[in-house]
Amino acid sequence: MTIKGKAYIAGIYEHPTRHAPDKSTAQLHAEVAKGAIEDAGLSKDDVDGYFCAGDAPGGAWPMVDYLGLNTKKLRHVDSTETGGCSYIIHLGHAAEAIAAGKCSIALITLAGKPRTGVMPPRAAGAEVDFESAYGATTHNAYGMCAMRHMHDFGTTSEQLAWIKVAASHHAQYNPHAMLRDVVTVEDVLNSPMISDPLHRMDCCVVSDGGGALIVTTPEIAKSLKRPLVRLIGHGEAMKGPRGGKDLDLTYSAGVWSGPRAFEEAGITPKDIKYASIYDSFTITVLMQLEDLGFCKKGEGGKFVADGNLISGVGKLPFNTDGGGLCSNHPVNRGGMTKIIEAVRQLRGEAHPKVQVKNCDLAIAHGTGGLLGVRHAASTAILERV
Amino acid sequence: MVDAKKYPAPVTNPETAAFWDAAKQGRFMIKRCTACGEAHYFPRSICPFCYSDKTVWEEASGEGTIYTYSLMRKSPTGPYAIGYVTLKEGPSVQTNFVDCDLEKLKIGQKVKVVFKPTDGAPLPFFTPV
Repeated sequence: MTIKGKAYIAGIYEHPTRHAPDKSTAQLHAEVAKGAIEDAGLSKDDVDGYFCAGDAPGGAWPMVDYLGLNTKKLRHVDSTETGGCSYIIHLGHAAEAIAAGKCSIALITLAGKPRTGVMPPRAAGAEVDFESAYGATTHNAYGMCAMRHMHDFGTTSEQLAWIKVAASHHAQYNPHAMLRDVVTVEDVLNSPMISDPLHRMDCCVVSDGGGALIVTTPEIAKSLKRPLVRLIGHGEAMKGPRGGKDLDLTYSAGVWSGPRAFEEAGITPKDIKYASIYDSFTITVLMQLEDLGFCKKGEGGKFVADGNLISGVGKLPFNTDGGGLCSNHPVNRGGMTKIIEAVRQLRGEAHPKVQVKNCDLAIAHGTGGLLGVRHAASTAILERV
Repeated sequence: MVDAKKYPAPVTNPETAAFWDAAKQGRFMIKRCTACGEAHYFPRSICPFCYSDKTVWEEASGEGTIYTYSLMRKSPTGPYAIGYVTLKEGPSVQTNFVDCDLEKLKIGQKVKVVFKPTDGAPLPFFTPV
């Protein structure tokens, strides 16, 4: 049993807003849902599967009601919550449900307003008394990974900076991006140290916004007027300190989700023309590229240097919308926008200055939670038909 | 300084109460499984490695080395250093480094446990030896 080729992404929508103090969170969900449904050329009454994560106010049942979905038709719901990669996991789960005949038109939504100061609540885990006082934040949790990666492999701040430089080269063409100025390695190194060894420019932006997807059957996708993009491989995995045994913060759960996805797709990293890689921080990208097999463990620094991730310049164009480092990071969750830019590339709808030629195979990969503490990862491999 | 910070009191629960009772006496406890012999942290009643319920409390030396750290410079309560210590007994534990020059921390440095008060049981931190 495989989901290879069983589900197509027929609709995508990224909210253009980066700051939405005048809108409600539920409203943003509705606006992205409407956008994706219209992009596919469908009606909201066609939707029979709904997927959302912890950012959806109240969870699935209030959202299904608020969105006015057709409850006589809706027959599959999934509110898997794995932080920023929730939506990449949802994509895989939607494909599973579609392959099993449990739904035929799935809607996945993400939206929220962290820039306005609204964050979804999160329940405490069993570790709370043993960790919460130590002030783990995204910055320092990823800083701990970078510190150890530098110690073990000699990775440098200059190499990490190249990831931000590449993102900025792409963001200059995105009119919605929060940061559109092209920056240099020196700019990154000269930006203030936030949590050693990560500088401000090693960190992604904080933005309001959201995005949505429509996932459907091959038959329905082919009946619509949009270019055909299908899911051919998917993987998900989790990693944590596991009782403190053999702690190793230099790799992520992508070492498991990636190979699962590539095996299902029947391709290798060398075949990938475009990569959407979650970029909460520069170190996130570097570790995930290694974990996915684009280079050997420990060689990520060399791999990302000298513009290798810049479209039209390097071997692996990545995050051509500017990514989380420059464009947006709705709800502090980067998974949704990773899928959306990958679909744009496969459709040939990316900005002409960053569009990858003959882009027929793309990867969208992300993590959720804290790489330096405990996290999930998910990998999706997409193909233009 | 980080020392002046007010730390939240642990809520505690039946599974971990013995850890916090020992902390009140200045003792740093880990759990060890008598079936597979592995030590782990934070403490669970069921061994996370072999799923035996034959886990016992063990007083740890409180000594270890810094596995990694990050100095958080932007914080409303002042800079602090979060990191992991790999204990002599094996498990790595998340912590903050205190009572030292945070600029001089190094991976591999030897550290020992120190307890800091809260409104409830004290919390374990680590400081360079």
